[in-house]
Amino acid sequence: MREKYEAVIGIECHVELKTQSKMFCGCANEFGGEPNTQICPVCLALPGALPVPNELAIRHLVRAGLAVNAEIPAFSKFDRKNYFYPDMPKNYQISQYDMPLTQGGIVEFWLPDGTRKRCRLTRIHLEEDTGKLSHMGNTDGRLAGSEASLVDYNRAGVPLMECVSEPDLRSAEEAVGFLEALKRLFVQLGVSDVKMEEGSLRCDANVSIRLRGASEYGTKTEIKNMNSFRSVGRAIESEIERQIALVESGQRVQQETRGWNESQGTTHLQRSKEKAHDYRYFPEPDLLPICFTPSEISALRASLPPLPHARFDRYSHEYHFSAAVATQLIDTPGLADYLDDVVAAGAPAQSAANFVLTDCSRLANETGVALPASHLTPAALAELIALVEEKTIGSKIAKEVLSRIWREGGSPRALVIAENLAQVTDPNVIDAFVAKVLAANPQSVSDFRSGKEKALMFLRGQVIKESAGKADPLVVETRLRAQLQA
Amino acid sequence: MAQTTTVAALAASVNARERSAREIAQAALADAAARDGAIGAFLALNEDVTLAWAESIDARISAGEQLPLAGVPVAIKDNLALAGTRTTCGSKMLENWVAPYTATAVERVLRAGGVPFGKTNLDEFAMGSSCENSALGVTRNPLHLERVPGGSSGGSAAAVAADLTPLSLGSDTGGSIREPAAFCGIVGLKPTYGRVSRYGLIAFASSLDQIGPFGRSVADVALLYDAIAGKDPRDATSVDRPAEATSVFTRQDLRGMRIGIVSEFGLDALEPSVRAVYEAAYADLLRLGAELVDVTLPTARYALATYYLLAPAEASSNLARFDGIRYGLRVAGDDVGDLYEKTRAAGFGPEVKRRILIGTHALSSGYYDAYYVKAQKARTLIAADFAKAFQACDIIASPAASTTAFAFQAKKDPYSMYLMDYYTIPISLAGLPSLSQPCGFAPDPLDGTPMPLGLQLAAPLFEERRLLEVARVFEAR
Ligand SMILES: [Zn+2]
Repeated sequence: MREKYEAVIGIECHVELKTQSKMFCGCANEFGGEPNTQICPVCLALPGALPVPNELAIRHLVRAGLAVNAEIPAFSKFDRKNYFYPDMPKNYQISQYDMPLTQGGIVEFWLPDGTRKRCRLTRIHLEEDTGKLSHMGNTDGRLAGSEASLVDYNRAGVPLMECVSEPDLRSAEEAVGFLEALKRLFVQLGVSDVKMEEGSLRCDANVSIRLRGASEYGTKTEIKNMNSFRSVGRAIESEIERQIALVESGQRVQQETRGWNESQGTTHLQRSKEKAHDYRYFPEPDLLPICFTPSEISALRASLPPLPHARFDRYSHEYHFSAAVATQLIDTPGLADYLDDVVAAGAPAQSAANFVLTDCSRLANETGVALPASHLTPAALAELIALVEEKTIGSKIAKEVLSRIWREGGSPRALVIAENLAQVTDPNVIDAFVAKVLAANPQSVSDFRSGKEKALMFLRGQVIKESAGKADPLVVETRLRAQLQA
Repeated sequence: MAQTTTVAALAASVNARERSAREIAQAALADAAARDGAIGAFLALNEDVTLAWAESIDARISAGEQLPLAGVPVAIKDNLALAGTRTTCGSKMLENWVAPYTATAVERVLRAGGVPFGKTNLDEFAMGSSCENSALGVTRNPLHLERVPGGSSGGSAAAVAADLTPLSLGSDTGGSIREPAAFCGIVGLKPTYGRVSRYGLIAFASSLDQIGPFGRSVADVALLYDAIAGKDPRDATSVDRPAEATSVFTRQDLRGMRIGIVSEFGLDALEPSVRAVYEAAYADLLRLGAELVDVTLPTARYALATYYLLAPAEASSNLARFDGIRYGLRVAGDDVGDLYEKTRAAGFGPEVKRRILIGTHALSSGYYDAYYVKAQKARTLIAADFAKAFQACDIIASPAASTTAFAFQAKKDPYSMYLMDYYTIPISLAGLPSLSQPCGFAPDPLDGTPMPLGLQLAAPLFEERRLLEVARVFEAR
């Protein structure tokens, strides 16, 4: 039955920008803080105070737009969105209406299995955040019916970008993939911390269903109150189920706003469709239009870091990494840059990824130092990998060398030479170790000779131990068999 | 002040330490306390802060500073924020609101050595042309106590005309400096939009509001203008363009100056006695060497309608912050919506409510294109008409108002009050610098008292210097 239907999902999200100061005043843009300590005449909307735009926030937003290949119009402006609410000091929000800073764009993302997807953006625009209300004396946490409400204006005026997607997403999994892509993009660009738990990313989902193959959209509902990517996925999943059940039982989906209840795992009606609110948008007369020259835009474009989806494609197609490995490298800060440097220094990608994700990540945990901050430079890691590849050292010695260089720095090759750590492969030298071990372990020798293969493993370990870890295990095994069968 | 002197002479006497700023301030406070009762120019004198500021100026003089406005009292329109004093906007909404910060223009007065002195009455939120819309007091025209001083900066104009202060600051949105200057027989300058920072000016219509000086002479006004003009990082619309000092005058006559007489501002509709004054003023301009040229502003007749859509639209949004939540008047309600309604119903007077309603309507979905957008287009055309007119002339001259100061309660119909700004509004829409200066007297229509008329001069954008030079020559005619 589920297969008959297709979900159509669009995402609208608000992302707080990472700046020193608020959007239109000099107050600190910091999460937390005692209520109403990060305020001034401007963000409190005292009579006579005027907004002055934060240039960094504008640059952040344009870079975000360029990273999704959006159009950056040469001329953009701020508008006032008028509505009364106590968390809004001016009773209008400075936002952007018909001439946003960016238009269009495509978010490239991938699903956990590596399938590549795209979702068009309608626009990204810049606005200011509201204060925070706490309502008391009622149970549902809403203004209506509360006995008293407290307002904290610390968040009022924090720069906020609103990203609106086209309804291109077809499943909860795609919606989550889309949001993860936005998050990694914004973090990579340095424009936001994207911490959903601190409210620096808030998102709503518009969900509708239609018969597979249909071209018309069904009636959509808007889901709110989701506070993690996981709950976004669960909420959309549950809403799709609810809508299918409604339609299957002959009912219609109503256009409404629904809240997600995390503990019950269901959405509930918040607000049924009302007359569209008239925000009386008009151009903000206190601010001048924003104009960009083509050269300013090119400079911002040139400042973009390597984009996550391009990296993902390179890792998948050129390096043949699994989706999980590629994602882990891209999503851990600094790791993908590091890996690219190791590969550029000549290491094979697969070995580089193995070292970065296993041995290096273990050392990072042990030492509390992230790989890019350790003494192990990408060139040193590439050298270490070369020593292993050319069989100068074995894996056991490699781990030791890695650990030493991680803590002390320097060249792995120099260390191997200085401390005589090179692997022993000379059969004559190894034969001497083998002879000594066989003489000392008659029981194992007879065990092997009576057909117990396991005994060989034990003896091999003893020989390697005898060589202080330096004997090549393959040569050891060959020489063991040769001497045992002699 | 009681003894009339020039601002330059007063400042010079303080710079030379012949008099202290404190003495001057004390005398001005005593004089105002004695004489302002009949006039009502001031809403508050703020003796303590005024004296403290005067002492701070004296300290700077003692430390060797020479200041262009040293010790000169400057009355401040009560829509300009002044830290530690009540800043009321002539409204019950802000009757008890004490500003925690100071407007840039007032800070610049202090920087130049001026002493902010008292807060003057105004039409509520600067909406009006007679000061009668103040919720906090009546201001009378010092030249005729049964006549209005004009508005909205009526208190600032009356304070200078009554010689209670040599200088004052007002604000002009559609004529709020020029019309009261004309009615009170003094000089009032509205600078180019963007010349003076609006930071700390409680907004009426943000795209039109501009702070400007009042004084008894062009030279006095120029000194105060020089002190307050210039880019302010706290006002994004203030213009980053060096303001030339306007207070140094070189021109002796008007030879080579083309003065445009606007055909749409013909004098035919005026009372004969008023008309005669303007005809004489134009003749004086000619006699001083100017060439009078006819210019035309075909779209100027749409200016009043344009203004009364745009200004209220911006006001409806600017005044939304007065909601009883954070500051100002609060009338308790059953819930937050009720609190808003009761607070705003009690806090705003009828003219403010009327303009909020007009503005809200003009911005409403379904009406926005027909009203707001169309008015913006008309504004662009009006500005273009002025730009074209200024290809044929250097200065435009016209009446500042069509009558002398009228009687209280004479303009009960709001539209007849709006007509008072017929000559000033087109210039405001174009953002141009403009002033009104005394040009003669006409008999009051009711009792025959000779009452002043103002000549309005306007210059191209940022040509304050040219404007004041021409005014100075006319003044000395
Ligand atoms: Zn602030």
